[in-house]
Amino acid sequence: MVWANDIIQGILLGGLYALFAAGLSLVFGVMRLVNLAHGDFGVMAAYISLVIVSALDVNPFYTLIMVMIVMAIFGYLVQRGLLNFAMDAGPLQAILATFGIAIIIQNLLLEGFTANSKGLDAGVIENTSIRLSDQVVIGWFPLLTMVTSVIVLFGLQLFLGRTRMGRAFRATADNQRAAQLMGIDNRHLYGMAMAFALAIVAIGGVFIGIRTTFSPSAGPFRLIFAYEAVIIGGLGSLWGTLVGGIVLGVAQVLGDHIQQGWGMLVGHLVFLAILAFRPQGLFAKQVQ
Amino acid sequence: MSLLELDDISTGYGRFQALFNVNLRIEEGETHAVIGANGAGKSTLLRTICGLIRTDAGKVRFDGQSVGHLPPNKRVGLGISYVPEGRWVFPSLTVAENLMVGAHSRRTGLWSMDKVYELFPLLSRLRQRQAFSLSGGEQQALAIGRGLMSNPRLLLLDEVSLGLAPVVVEKIYEAMPAIVKSGTTVLLVEQDVGQAMKFADRVTCMLEGRQALEGSPSEISSEEIFAAYFGV
Amino acid sequence: MATPLKVERYTRASRIALPIVAVVIIAAATVPAWGSSNIMKQGVTFLALLALAQMWNLLAGYGGLVSVGQQAFVGIGAYTLWVFSEKLGLNPFFCVPIAGIVAAVFAFPTAGLAFRLRGGYFAVGTWVIAEVYRLLVTQTSWLGGGSGVSINSARQVEPSTREAIVFWWALAVAVGSIALVYLVLRSRRGVALTAIRDDEIGARSLGVNITRSKLWVYVMAAFGTGATGAVIYLNLLRVQPEAGFSLQWSALMIFAVVIGGLGTIEGPILGAIVFFALQQLLADYGAWYLILIGALAALVVVFAQRGLWGAIYRHWPVDLFPVRRRLCLETVCFPEETPAPSPSAHGSSPQPPIGPSLPPAAEPPEPEQ
Repeated sequence: MVWANDIIQGILLGGLYALFAAGLSLVFGVMRLVNLAHGDFGVMAAYISLVIVSALDVNPFYTLIMVMIVMAIFGYLVQRGLLNFAMDAGPLQAILATFGIAIIIQNLLLEGFTANSKGLDAGVIENTSIRLSDQVVIGWFPLLTMVTSVIVLFGLQLFLGRTRMGRAFRATADNQRAAQLMGIDNRHLYGMAMAFALAIVAIGGVFIGIRTTFSPSAGPFRLIFAYEAVIIGGLGSLWGTLVGGIVLGVAQVLGDHIQQGWGMLVGHLVFLAILAFRPQGLFAKQVQ
Repeated sequence: MSLLELDDISTGYGRFQALFNVNLRIEEGETHAVIGANGAGKSTLLRTICGLIRTDAGKVRFDGQSVGHLPPNKRVGLGISYVPEGRWVFPSLTVAENLMVGAHSRRTGLWSMDKVYELFPLLSRLRQRQAFSLSGGEQQALAIGRGLMSNPRLLLLDEVSLGLAPVVVEKIYEAMPAIVKSGTTVLLVEQDVGQAMKFADRVTCMLEGRQALEGSPSEISSEEIFAAYFGV
Repeated sequence: MATPLKVERYTRASRIALPIVAVVIIAAATVPAWGSSNIMKQGVTFLALLALAQMWNLLAGYGGLVSVGQQAFVGIGAYTLWVFSEKLGLNPFFCVPIAGIVAAVFAFPTAGLAFRLRGGYFAVGTWVIAEVYRLLVTQTSWLGGGSGVSINSARQVEPSTREAIVFWWALAVAVGSIALVYLVLRSRRGVALTAIRDDEIGARSLGVNITRSKLWVYVMAAFGTGATGAVIYLNLLRVQPEAGFSLQWSALMIFAVVIGGLGTIEGPILGAIVFFALQQLLADYGAWYLILIGALAALVVVFAQRGLWGAIYRHWPVDLFPVRRRLCLETVCFPEETPAPSPSAHGSSPQPPIGPSLPPAAEPPEPEQ
């Protein structure tokens, strides 16, 4: 069954997309903000990792915590320094502000690192795999990515469900004025939401940097895949985002199998099909 | 020094002015009702106190401290809790979670989740239910309970009887004595004049954004209320 | 005897401005006679930017549709140019309007999908669809695939003639785009658009068909963008999918409009001028001009929402391209041309919009109880 291997590869790829999508989902859920710079943040994380790797000559995995912290702080500052005000000005203005940020990041990276593709070398793990059968081979790294993705989503779920701040996130997502009446400082909360989102996308960015190459203009692709995963899965559902990522991943791998280079296109077409026939996504949140 | 002092408050929505030179003093431990016709400015008054609306002119002083410049979330920390008109429960959160969020400000005091369940036994049976599935009366109880979770010194209740059957309203008001006994000052806006007069120590009647009448229920005659309410 | 009420459509300023604009256009049309090749190429770039900005402004500022996918129609316009001139043998210079029409045709299915999304998701949806177009072209070998195609039929024309014609087309497209927006807004459809932008629910209750109006705007904008795309690539002579369908087109349009002022006709003109000037000034610094413009745009859109034109307007309220109707009795009109400053009882509340403007920031929706 040669398709089995493809489907498995697709599922594992979906895990990676879910990492990108989770942060997006969180930010939209809490703040109703569509962040057009999200993919570029992921690329930025990969470059930060690259800088650390070049300076300290370590395996990219060791840079993860550092990159996550840097990105989280950066996210908090951008949110409180600009995006909170952008959101005050209006949803249109907020989107446009994030678009401005996206272009700024892309071009800063271009100036800083040139347009050449770069990669993160994680060593042996990139090439080793488990052979399940004649046709089915699972790479260690994709498996690690998927496992990480599930852990992150699980952690996020726990955070939102069981912690004081997580509840504050959900309350603010439901009704931000009522949340203020509870003593929740929504400016700080939005900053924290963005910080979380960027910490998660940092993981995604580094992993994708290991898995494949990246360049300053790679951000928009990541963004598009993340959005497609969120919309396919259904707005408001965290695990739906994982499923959305998987559907997208499988579509892309199968597409490439049909004809090399068609993967992304097939992914887009699946997305558009869902948009056409089931716009609320596969697991839309209960609408009250 | 009164717990709450409103000095010459004028405020509104954009170009529409809703309150004109309102002066009010609420003492600690008092129960005070604000009555008046629709659009008289009752809710605007409460929203100005809790911070959802900023004053254009005049001062809001709580426990001697000027709070007019503070956003709503900071005022909660000082001890002002507003239970909104329309309840505003968090629909996707359970009853228990709604109460937990109510305690976000971490103010200590008499009120806890157990105490709230004691106050409103009907909520106790609904702990794990998502708030959107509750009936109007249950949501109102939840909103009040949630408002108490911050152990406020001043509880602002905005139209708790709105949209509820009289029987349900009775049950809500049955909980009031316990709230008052715990030392909380209560300022409520009430459509139902009879209920307001029964419950409150003092009553203010608003008319078109201005105070038309103020006094204790025992002092005021129904003719005076009628005149103040309708502006005749 | 009753004195009649009149509906006045021109302002004093516009009576002066419009003739001046006509003179400017005629002067511009003479450029091919005396301008160097470089000037004409730059001129085409500027005029194309102006046209693109007007079309994006029509979409976003008047239609309320924030699209980050207009590059789809730039690319479609460019490739239509190639198909009709190379494959079908038409004179390439006649292909400009055809490019617009083809782009408009493609706008229908595009809207069919994109309109299922709202707000930010609509924006990303348009982006995805633009990507789909790009990928389809990249994967189609008879369209040249990833390596792109050349507009050979235009290449073969004598350079100075070609440059002149392309320049005039650019001028036509720029003027045409402004005229298009102006005429749309002065029409009944335009009033409907403004109503939708200001209050969608209210507009619907008055019988305005929201979807049809938005679709109409989207198709018009696609037409303008497609025609401009053809002009751009008549100038560049070579198109690759990555360039023709590049996100940079959206960046150009959006930044020019945002900096100049969303929701007015004058704004994008000013924005295009500023953008172009900055681009020339910082040409030696590579990508820095984009960084600067991106930062400027982000700051303007948040802190100075009416843009440069809005700032000017505040001090000197003139409608050069008046689109509002005023009710006049003898010499007194409502609204006045220069309204008295409103004594604000509420500190620094914003000036009431005089020209067309962004819809006010919406209150966060309150949950149903």
